[in-house]
Amino acid sequence: MKILVGYKRVVDYNVRIQVKPDGSGVVTEGVKQSANPFDEIALEEALRLREKGLAADVIVVGIGPADLTPHLRNGLAMGANRAIHVVSAGAVQPLTAARVLLKLVEREQPGLVILGKQAIDDDNNQTGQMLAALWGRPQATFASRVEVSGDVARVTREVDAGLEVLEIDLPAVITTDLRLNEPRFIKLPDIMKAKSKPIETIELAALGVESGDYLRATATAPPPRRQKGVMVKDVPELVAALKAKGLL
Amino acid sequence: MNTILIVAEHRDGKLNPATAKCVSCARVIGGAIRVLVLADRTGAIASEAARLDGVDKVLTVERAENAHALAAVLAPQVAAAARDCTHLLAPSTTFGKDLLPRVAALLGVAQVSDIMAVDGAHAFQRPIYAGNAVLHVEAPADAVVIGSVRVASWPAAATAAQTAPIEALALAVELPTHTRFIELRQGKNDRPDLQSARRVVSGGRGVGSAEHFAIIFKLADRLGAAVGASRAAVDAGYVPSDMQVGQTGKIIAPELYVAIGISGAIQHLTGIKDAGTIVAINKDAEAPIFEVADFGLVGDLFKIVPELEQALG
Repeated sequence: MKILVGYKRVVDYNVRIQVKPDGSGVVTEGVKQSANPFDEIALEEALRLREKGLAADVIVVGIGPADLTPHLRNGLAMGANRAIHVVSAGAVQPLTAARVLLKLVEREQPGLVILGKQAIDDDNNQTGQMLAALWGRPQATFASRVEVSGDVARVTREVDAGLEVLEIDLPAVITTDLRLNEPRFIKLPDIMKAKSKPIETIELAALGVESGDYLRATATAPPPRRQKGVMVKDVPELVAALKAKGLL
Repeated sequence: MNTILIVAEHRDGKLNPATAKCVSCARVIGGAIRVLVLADRTGAIASEAARLDGVDKVLTVERAENAHALAAVLAPQVAAAARDCTHLLAPSTTFGKDLLPRVAALLGVAQVSDIMAVDGAHAFQRPIYAGNAVLHVEAPADAVVIGSVRVASWPAAATAAQTAPIEALALAVELPTHTRFIELRQGKNDRPDLQSARRVVSGGRGVGSAEHFAIIFKLADRLGAAVGASRAAVDAGYVPSDMQVGQTGKIIAPELYVAIGISGAIQHLTGIKDAGTIVAINKDAEAPIFEVADFGLVGDLFKIVPELEQALG
């Protein structure tokens, strides 16, 4: 079985986001970028399934500009067998990303596609569900446990009401939640090894997918600011302040 | 005129309050508001939805396959029901997040996630970068607008004096069997759910150990609060990762948030920026958490927390 993993590069989660003064977006130039944390979890899960003998090939997919190569090398260093780089000058919206992934799915015929539940830049939480719809296959979103046996998977999902367990026929799409696993660290010898692993490059336009900016971003603004509060000197003063606000 | 269809969220025969929040969002968009109830038994849920102020009609699809909210099963039905609408909304809960993009893809349209404000029938504001920026977007005017509604941003619609009519909807849709519900395991603990709790008490690395976390739990129980933790506390192994509050954990908006021994890394602060009132207790007066706290108290948490717990008794 092949597993296709979405591996997006985003602004690192530790970076303090700055909105550009002209409202045209957030500052990404010169800002540390790394793998979307949920995608690292997706890749880790795929690698664990391969290590259990349940998958043969783990393929990481990135959609983005030419300088995405070092990022995909990280995915290879973590353990993916190969990478596919779909070259696109700008960011793509989820529906386009899903259509791109569908093209790759049709070509690679994976048994599983594992994606992060959302990217921590645009926070859309859409691509996995959209791919599953276009593919006409099951989806198990927000997974915290995945058990594959034969051509079915039993997936535990983190839902607001608790933990929901689904059984899905493969092939299928799974999206990861935080609790699924803890991604491994990349070791130096793996970085060396990754240099000889293949990265295939495909121009987005060559895939023949309908793509576009379905939603037009008109402005990006800073969030409403919290007002700086007050310091209290002791517990009685704190309790009095909370009572005055009707909170106790 | 707009026709806005809202997918009702429900469980155990009861309407989820998130549905009433979608109605508030729909009223700002403006138009005829319909609520779609998909269930194996729709009666009680539909009656509840029909009493929400602003709802013009409730549509029901009663099928045995709709006993559990499986996105793969519900999506083709919702897509069929949405065809003559200008807008389709669902709450941005795990239910709506799972379902709505699947519907959007079936209809071949984009989705606006987490609507926090409405500027027009096709213009919306939504948070990006975990709420560290707000994106203004315009959806195309020639396609159905599909939007998930950020629950923390909207009040629940009130109960109306009148009841909207309820109509059964006949949809000739074939449903897949490739996705099967096995079970729902609900948390056994008596504490409120972290995601929806009105009060949350969180501990950070300053708490020092898993054993010491007991004082956080005690204070939380006194307040009837859910318990959270910073990423540092989770990474240090004091508590499991499902308690993590922050950008890569849970993003929460309680009325009262008490941060104990938490320095306030950006990734934590982004998870609490919508909290009503933030209280910070930390021994380091320079900790960034005090920049966002409404009330800050500098001192030893092992003295302050038990004292606070007693003062509340």
